[in-house]
Amino acid sequence: MSNVPGDLKYTKEHEWAKIEGDRARIGITAFAQEQLGDVVFVELPKVGVKVSGMKAFGVVESVKAVSDLYAPLSGEVVEVNGELPKKPETVNSDPYGAGWMIVIKMSTPAEAAALLTAAQYEQLIAGAGH
Amino acid sequence: MRYISNTPAQQKEMLARIGAASVETLLANVPAKARLSRPLALPAAMAEGDLVRHLRRMAAKNASADDFACFLGAGSYDHGIPSPINHLISRGEFFTAYTPYQPEASQGTLRTIFEYQTMMAELTGMDVANASIYDGASSLAEGVLMAHAITGRAETAWSRGVNSLYQQVVETYCEGPDFRLKAVRLGDGVTDLDALRKAVTERTAAVVVQYPNFFGCLEDVRAAAEIAHAKGALLVVAADPVNLGFLTPPGALGADIVVGEGQGLGVPMSFGGPNLGVFAARADLVRRMPGRLVGATVDKDGKRGFVLTLQTREQHIRREKATSNICTNVALCALMATIYVSILGKAGLRKVGELATAKAHYAAERFAAVPGVSLRFNAPFFKEFALTLPKAPDRVVKRLLKDGILAGVPLKTFDRAEKSTLLVAVTERRTKDEIDAYAAALAAAVA
Amino acid sequence: MEARAPYDRLIFELSSPGRFAYSLPALDVPSADPATLVPAQFVRSTPPELPEVSEVDVIRHYSRLSLMNYGVDTHFYPLGSCTMKYNPKINEDMARLPGFLRLHPHTPAASSQGALQLMWELARDLAEISGMDQVSLQPAAGAQGEFAGVLMIRAYHLSRGERRHKVLIPDSAHGTNPATTALAGYQVVQLKSDEAGEVDLADLERHLDEDVAAFMITQPNTLGLFESKIHQITEMCHAKGVQVYMDGANFNAILGITRPGDLGFDVCHFNLHKTFTTPHGGGGPGAGPVGIKAHLAPFLPTPVVVEDEEGQFALDWNRPQSVGKLQAFWGNFGMLVRAYTYIRTMGPDGLRSVSENAVLNANYILKRLEGDYDRATAGPCMHECVVSARRQKKLGVSATDIAKRLLDLGFYAPTTYFPLIVDEALMIEPTETESKETLDQFCDAMIQIAREAETDPRRIHEAPVTTPVRRLDQTLAARQPMLKWTSPAR
Repeated sequence: MSNVPGDLKYTKEHEWAKIEGDRARIGITAFAQEQLGDVVFVELPKVGVKVSGMKAFGVVESVKAVSDLYAPLSGEVVEVNGELPKKPETVNSDPYGAGWMIVIKMSTPAEAAALLTAAQYEQLIAGAGH
Repeated sequence: MRYISNTPAQQKEMLARIGAASVETLLANVPAKARLSRPLALPAAMAEGDLVRHLRRMAAKNASADDFACFLGAGSYDHGIPSPINHLISRGEFFTAYTPYQPEASQGTLRTIFEYQTMMAELTGMDVANASIYDGASSLAEGVLMAHAITGRAETAWSRGVNSLYQQVVETYCEGPDFRLKAVRLGDGVTDLDALRKAVTERTAAVVVQYPNFFGCLEDVRAAAEIAHAKGALLVVAADPVNLGFLTPPGALGADIVVGEGQGLGVPMSFGGPNLGVFAARADLVRRMPGRLVGATVDKDGKRGFVLTLQTREQHIRREKATSNICTNVALCALMATIYVSILGKAGLRKVGELATAKAHYAAERFAAVPGVSLRFNAPFFKEFALTLPKAPDRVVKRLLKDGILAGVPLKTFDRAEKSTLLVAVTERRTKDEIDAYAAALAAAVA
Repeated sequence: MEARAPYDRLIFELSSPGRFAYSLPALDVPSADPATLVPAQFVRSTPPELPEVSEVDVIRHYSRLSLMNYGVDTHFYPLGSCTMKYNPKINEDMARLPGFLRLHPHTPAASSQGALQLMWELARDLAEISGMDQVSLQPAAGAQGEFAGVLMIRAYHLSRGERRHKVLIPDSAHGTNPATTALAGYQVVQLKSDEAGEVDLADLERHLDEDVAAFMITQPNTLGLFESKIHQITEMCHAKGVQVYMDGANFNAILGITRPGDLGFDVCHFNLHKTFTTPHGGGGPGAGPVGIKAHLAPFLPTPVVVEDEEGQFALDWNRPQSVGKLQAFWGNFGMLVRAYTYIRTMGPDGLRSVSENAVLNANYILKRLEGDYDRATAGPCMHECVVSARRQKKLGVSATDIAKRLLDLGFYAPTTYFPLIVDEALMIEPTETESKETLDQFCDAMIQIAREAETDPRRIHEAPVTTPVRRLDQTLAARQPMLKWTSPAR
C-alpha cells in the first residue's frame, strides 16, 4: 500500500504532480484511489481552462463517495486525459501512469516548492492510520 | 394498545435485563425542566368503529367525483383508475417496504421503478427518467434549477401559459440573487413566439413552456426549442404524461428536460396529494439530474439485478453539493403509474387520449353554443378549454353544483384579468349524458 | 419471501402483440376522427413502446415482484432514523373513503369542508404535540419541511433588515440538512460533536455570531441521544438572534414526553411517514409538515387552512409575506388522512406509550448487543441505538457484510454507515410495535453473526444467499448506467 513514487510531488488532498519542464502532469495517488474504491466517473475541465493552486478543478466519483480534485499548482490546462471518461477504472489500476488526469502549463512554477515530497506524503498517509 | 405488542409483564422483563427500574430511568437524559408535565391536549383515543363513523361523516361533506360529474382540471384530472391498481399497491410487500437501500431484499421495488423509468422515458420521448419527484410543480422547479446549474446562467424565460401555481413553486425554490424569471405573454392562448424570441438571450438558462398549457391549448414546442437552442438555453417542457399516448412527445420536439404531473396515470386525486412528479432528460445530462435512479447490473452469479445508482449525486452522499435535497419521493405513486401504463398499454393509452379529446371537443362545441358563452381562445386544445361566461364563473359553478356538476375552475384567483373565465376539463370518463346535462344547466345558469 | 425466487421478468418481456388489459368506454359523442381534431404536428406518429399484456399478466407479474421485497408487514425492519413501525390498516381504509380519495383539489371550499376540517384539526393536533404555535401541512416530505423551515427563517431575518449567510449543522446530521441549507442559498458550517456524542457547546460558542441565520439539530440526535443541554443551546442561539430548527425525524422518542416548542425551538418539521405511521411505500409518498412559533407565522407557505367565526374552513391565500409554495396543491392529503386517523386511534396516552415503548425496545437491544458490538455512546439511548462493527472489521467483516448476512437470517438490515461520525456504524431503531420475541430473535442473529465473524467469516462474506439475487455489482451500474429497458431487437 505504500505506493508513493519518489520522483513526484504531492498535496495533502492526495493529488500528485510530475513536473515536466514548464508543465505539470496531475493525477490522484494510489492511497486516494484505494480510499475511494472503484472509480466510476471523472469530471475534468476542458483544455484552455485556468486552474488555481489548491482550488477544485474537477471531480472523481466512486460508487459510495465523491471527491473534488484540487490543483496542486496554478496554470492553464493544456492536455486532458481523453481515456478516463471511457475507462474510469484506469485511475484505480494505474493512478500514476495511464490514470493521469490533466497537464497544466504552470503560471507560477515557484509554487512547486510548497508541495510535499514523497517522504512527507508517506508520513501523512501513515498518520491517517488506515 | 393494539399496535404495541409488549405486555406490562414483558416490559418488566426487559427492564430487568437492562437493569433499569422503569422507563423513567431510561429518560434520565431529558432534563426535568424539559419534561411535559401534563398529557397532550388531544381528543381521547377512539375505538375503531367510532373513528370510522367520525371519518365517514367528514368525508360525506365533500363533493367527490363519485357523486358529481367532475369537469375540474388545472393540474389534477378525473381519469379512470383500473381496478387492479389498488389491489396490487395494497400488497404489504410493496407499501410497507422502504427505499431500496438493501437491493437484494428490494428487487420488487427496484424492478418496478426500472419499469417506471422506462415508461416515462418512452412517453416523454426522452433518454432517461428518474424515479419521481413530489409533484409536477416541484419537478419543474428541479428542472429549472438543473438548467441554471448546467448553463451557469441566471434567467428563465417563462411562458404565461404555464400554471401560475407552478410559477409560485419555482419562484420559491429558485429565489436568490442569481435567478430572474422573465414572463412571456400569450397571444390567443399560446406563447407569443415574437415575445419569446425577444426574451431569450445569452443570459437565459431555461425556456419553460407547458404542453398542453394551463388553458388547455397546444403550444408550438418545436418553435420554442429552436428559439431556446439558438441562444444556448435549455428547453424545459411541463407535460401531462397521460396525454402523451396520443400527443407527439416533447422529446421529439426538441425538449432538453421534460417534467410533469403524472397524477392522471392511475393516481387518485385525493384533494391534491400525494401526486407524481415526472422528470426526464437527455442522456448527456443524467449526472446533473435530481432524484433517485435505478440501474440494471448483475450479481455475483451473473444474474440480472437492479440497484439504486449514481447515488453520489444525492443528498446522503453529496450533502451540500447534492443535485437536490430530495430523499423520500413518491415511489408508491410511481408504482401506481407503472401498473396503469401496463394495463393501458400501447393501444389503450392512445385510446384514452382519443376519447378525452373527442369528448372535450364535443363539450366545447355544445357549451360555446349556449348564448352568451364563448371559447376564450381560438388556439387548438386537447382535453381542457377555457370558456368566457356572461355571468360570474363562481356563481355559475355554485348553481351547477346543485345539478350534480363540478363545472370547472374559475380563473379569477389565478389571474385577475380572467375574471370571466372558467377552465373546463373533459376526460374519457365524462359521458355524453353528463356533457349534455352540463350544457342544459349552463344555459339555465347564464340565461 | 420465496427463497431464491426464480422469477426474473420485466413487464415488457411479457408483452404479446394485441394483448390488452384495459377497459375503456365506447366513444358516445359524435366525433370526427380524433386524430383530426388537433393539428397533425401534435398527433403522435409512432405509438409508444409500451407493454401489451392481459390483466392476468399484470396481476401475476406485480404479485411475483412483490414477493421479492421485504416489508414491515413481513419482516422486522430496524432501519435507524426511518421509524419502520407497523402501518395500521384502518389508515388505509380511511384514506380510501371516496369523499377523500375522489375529491379534486379545486373543489369549492363549501363543498370540501370535510377535507379542510381534517387538515385544520391535524395541524392543530401537531401543534399541540410539538408545542409550536402553527403548522403547515404543505411539505411533501421531511426534506421539503426542512426547506420550508429554512426559507421562513430567511424571510424572518430579512423582515428585520438582516442578511445572514450561514447555517450551523452538526457533523452527525442527516444529508438532507446540508443539502436543504445549500438549496436555500446558505453556507453550511459543520459543528463537531463532543466525546459523549452531543453538540460540543464550545464549538457552538465559537461559531455563533450574527452572520448565522440558524442552527439545525435533530432531537434526539442521530446517535439516539437526547441533547441534554438543549435549553442552553437555544438560549445561546437566541442571544445572537439565531433561529433554532429541530429536524423531527426522531420524534418517535419524545411523544408526550417533551416538545420542541418547550425546549426553545423556533421551527420543527414532522415526518408523517415515520412517527405517524403513514407507509413508506418503497420510498414515499411521505409528508413533512412544519411547525413554527408565532413570530414566523407571516412567512408560512400559501395557502393556510383557516377557520372563520362561523366554523367554516377555507384556504387563505392572502399571505403577502409568505415564502411561497412547495407543491402545486395543499399537501399530501392522502397521507394527512392516515396520520389523522392514527392520532385519533392513539389518543394522548397512546402516543406517550409509543415513545416509552420505543425507548424501552431500543435500550433492550443495546443491552443485549453490547457484549459483542462496540457501543457508540455511553448510557441509555432513546428510541434508536448506534453500535459500531469496529471489532468485526478487524476480523475482515464490515457493517455491510453484517447487513447482508442479516438478510439471510430473515431480517432487514439496520441503517449502515450513518451517522458519519461512527466507523462501521449500525443504527438500529426497532420502534414500539415490535415484540420482545422479535427483538430477541434479532439480537440472537446479531450475536450469531459476531461469532461467525470469529469462526467462519467466509459465510458472512458470501451473504446473502437466500435472496432473489446475491450481491450486486454497484460499480458496473455506475460506470455503465443502464437506466431503462431496451428491447433486444433495437
